[in-house]
Order: sequence, then structure tokens, then C-alpha cells
Amino acid sequence: MSEFLMPSLGADMESGTLLEWYVKPGDAVKRGDIVALVDTSKAEIEIEIFEDGVIDELLVGEGERVPVGTALATVSAPWAEPVAATPAAVAAQQPPPVSAAKPTAATVPPRAPVSRAAPPPPATGEHHGRRASPVARRAAAQLGVELASVVGTGPEGAITKADVERAATASASSAASTAKPSPAAVPPAAAPPAAAAPDRRAAMREAIGALMARSKREIPHYYLQLEIELGRALEWLREANLARSVDERLLPSVLLLSAVARAAGEMPEMNGFWVNGAFQPGDGVQLGVAISLRGGGLIAPALHDADRKCLDEIMHSVRDLVQRARAGRLRGSEMADPTITVTNLGERGVDLVHGVIYPPQVALVGFGAVRERPWAADGMLGVRPTVTASLAADHRASDGHAGGRFLTLIDRHLQKPEAL
Amino acid sequence: MTSEPELREVVVRALTEVAPDIDPDAIEPDTELAEQLDIDSMDFLNVIVAIHEQTGIEIPERDYPKLSTLSDAVAYLARAQTQRAGA
Repeated sequence: MSEFLMPSLGADMESGTLLEWYVKPGDAVKRGDIVALVDTSKAEIEIEIFEDGVIDELLVGEGERVPVGTALATVSAPWAEPVAATPAAVAAQQPPPVSAAKPTAATVPPRAPVSRAAPPPPATGEHHGRRASPVARRAAAQLGVELASVVGTGPEGAITKADVERAATASASSAASTAKPSPAAVPPAAAPPAAAAPDRRAAMREAIGALMARSKREIPHYYLQLEIELGRALEWLREANLARSVDERLLPSVLLLSAVARAAGEMPEMNGFWVNGAFQPGDGVQLGVAISLRGGGLIAPALHDADRKCLDEIMHSVRDLVQRARAGRLRGSEMADPTITVTNLGERGVDLVHGVIYPPQVALVGFGAVRERPWAADGMLGVRPTVTASLAADHRASDGHAGGRFLTLIDRHLQKPEAL
Repeated sequence: MTSEPELREVVVRALTEVAPDIDPDAIEPDTELAEQLDIDSMDFLNVIVAIHEQTGIEIPERDYPKLSTLSDAVAYLARAQTQRAGA
């Protein structure tokens, strides 16, 4: 038996409100399953569980606000066999059983997964709220299916993965458009609840304020900047995009992110945390991407193992992150652990960013606008697209010499776009 | 063949998907969308993708500047559609 705790979803989070449970006692969960929706005051975040097991008891009710580290649920050891949602999915395809199985007592973990697949489906068309298994929710997100529009056939009318897939197939075949369906590209925009907006904005300002004040109070920042010529990188990008369909095209910012990720992988002193008076290198490059939200505020979720991803993967992940961040649906694992952050303010027309480091990270890379500027090379003055990269770094963890090498490395990567 | 009002509808819907807080009726037809609606290149790409999905019109990257306002975007799509039909 172990406890599932309220996770820390960023250095600025002290407590969280449990908005919704996606699981109930008796549900089998696998590592990585999304089990609950939590409001951190900055955003609504879907949180994952980090072990396999069976939900034993929910200790915190929906709507309750609790400090980070509070036990939210107890989880008992997994069954010998991996279970996933298969029993429910199988049950969904069979005719309703004649008699209902005995309900499992909440406090006693079921002995076998089969015992929970038995309750009969509800009358056609009825479904209880938006109850859906985590697997089904993930499938819905991937397929761009609105859960509210899916009829559940699982236990107590729960929506199963099979239901979601059926709904996705149905809507794809009914779409009369000649365009090839690309369901994952644009999931329906889930507007954040309007009533909560002013509250959220105030809370977010407060959270950002507290974190940035701590950064400026505790971190001895030093700043460096380097103008980087992007002629070759942008030419390569233009060529690459010619051969790509609309939804596979790359944006220049993806080259910048990839170059930073690779440089961070090569210079561990820029990639990690300052904790308890010492530097702790990050485990892989978890690249924080600062995303501005509509109506103010920002959030910097992580792009995991960004130094090992190719440009297509980074592009796909960033597009997905931006869309979900702006719709207010990020996942816990994306919030917790960036090891270095990038902020790109070039789109707003500024030339240079003097960044504020996100504690406990030790470096933040900023980019200004990509613009055509005078550029001297080989004794000649020409006009080239350039960008100013800046570094704000923690002087406790590194010195200007290392910071300079770091910016130069980013430059070097951007001169070889084909290798990014 | 999609009519101009329908094309306008497609563009507006794509815009409200990336910027759910905007009032579709308040979009000024001849003001730059990026500035007016505070959308960035990632949002704009998502708009282009949505237009492609809805109409089948594939907009080359070099033409992006031709869709910078709502009026221009609708006019561009109407032209692209006619050219496709003629080809």
C-alpha cells in the first residue's frame, strides 16, 4: 500500500485544488495514467500516477484545496497481470450480461480484474457526467474526440477506449470534406471556464510575482548576449518546408529550441538546479518553453529529453504544448521539472530579452526578433537575418566564461541546421 | 466551390479555435490579424492547418503574408479555389 501525493507542479506551487478524480476505488492504474485534474492557481493540470496498482481509497474530495505533499489517495500493489482497460473494452462489445455482478466494496481491493467488468451498461444514450477511464481520456485527447459527445458503454456508463475509438471513426467517416482527416492536429478548443477567469488571472499574477521576486532576491544573475546570423538556418528551413504539407511545416523557433537543447546537453553546468547551496545537474535536458497565455500570464511546461528529439518531434510537441497550455490543459509531468528554460519574445518585436531565471533552475535563454540587419563578414557589409540570443545565468552555478561558451555553442548548432 | 461568406466563416472559426476569447463579430476586416488578435506564429500555423482541413486548400509558406488580414485571407482563399477548379 502506498500513498499518491499532491505533486509539486512547479517551484511556485504551494497547494493545489483537486478539481476532478478520473478514477475511483477499485480502478487499476498504470504508471503514467492520468488520474486527476488539479488547479494550481496558474492552470488546470492533469496529473499522472507514477506506479502501477489499484486505487484503494480517495482521501481528498473534489473541490478540496490541500498543500503539496498531502496524500490524495492510497494505492495498493498491482495485480500479477497487467490489466489496462481490456476487460471493460471487451465487455463493451458483448451483449449486456443478464445479471449484475456484485459490487466491490470500496475498501477491499478486488481479487481479479474480471470482477469489475461485469455491471451492465446503462440504457442507451445515457451517460453519467463525463466519467471515463484515463485510457479513454488519453485516446480522446489523441483523437480529438469530445468526451461529452461519446456514449459510454463501460461499467456505470463509463466511457471506454473502445467507445472513444468508435466515436472517432464515426465522426471521421461522416466528415464530407475531401481533405485528409488529421484528427490529432487540431483538437477542439476547450475554453477554460469563463467564470474562473478573473480569479485565475489574479492568482497567476501572484504566483508569478512570488516566484520572480524569489529569483531576483536569491539568484545572482549575470547576463550575456550574442547576435547570431541565421541566413543558412532559415534558408535550410525554407527548403525543408517546401517539401512538407501544411501540418508538417517547421517554425524558426523550433530550430532555436533544438539548438539550445543540444547546447544544454553538452554543458551540464547550465542544465539543472541550485538546491540546498549546491548545484545539481539535471537528469537529461527537460527544456522549459515559456508560453504566454491569452489575457496575460505565462507558463513554462517542459519538453522532455529535448536534446534527443529531432526537429519534427520538437515541432509536434511544442505545437501540442502551446495549444494545451492556452486551452488550460497541461499534464503534471510537463510542469514539474524543466532543467533550463527558453523564452522567445521576438514575435512581439523586441530585440533583446534580459531574462529572469525560474528558480531552482540556473539558466534562462532568451531570443529577440529574427530580422534583417547589417552584418559584416569577410570584410564586407551585407544584410542578413539575425537574432540576438541572451543568457541569464546563476553566478553561483557558473561564470561568465562558461556562459559565453554556452551561447557560442548555440550559435554553432544554428550554423548546422541539417544536424539539428 | 465554397462561397466567400462561407470562406470567411472558415477563417473566423479557425481564429476562434486558437483564440477562444475573441469576439468573432469584432474582428476588423482590414487590420492585421496578428496584431489585432495577439496571435503568434504557432497560432497562425494552427489557423493555416485548420483552413487546410476545412477547405483542402494548401497554402504555401511564401504566401503567408497574403493572409495577414481577414479580408485578404478570404480573397486569397477565393482565388486559390478558383485556380484549383481551373487547373
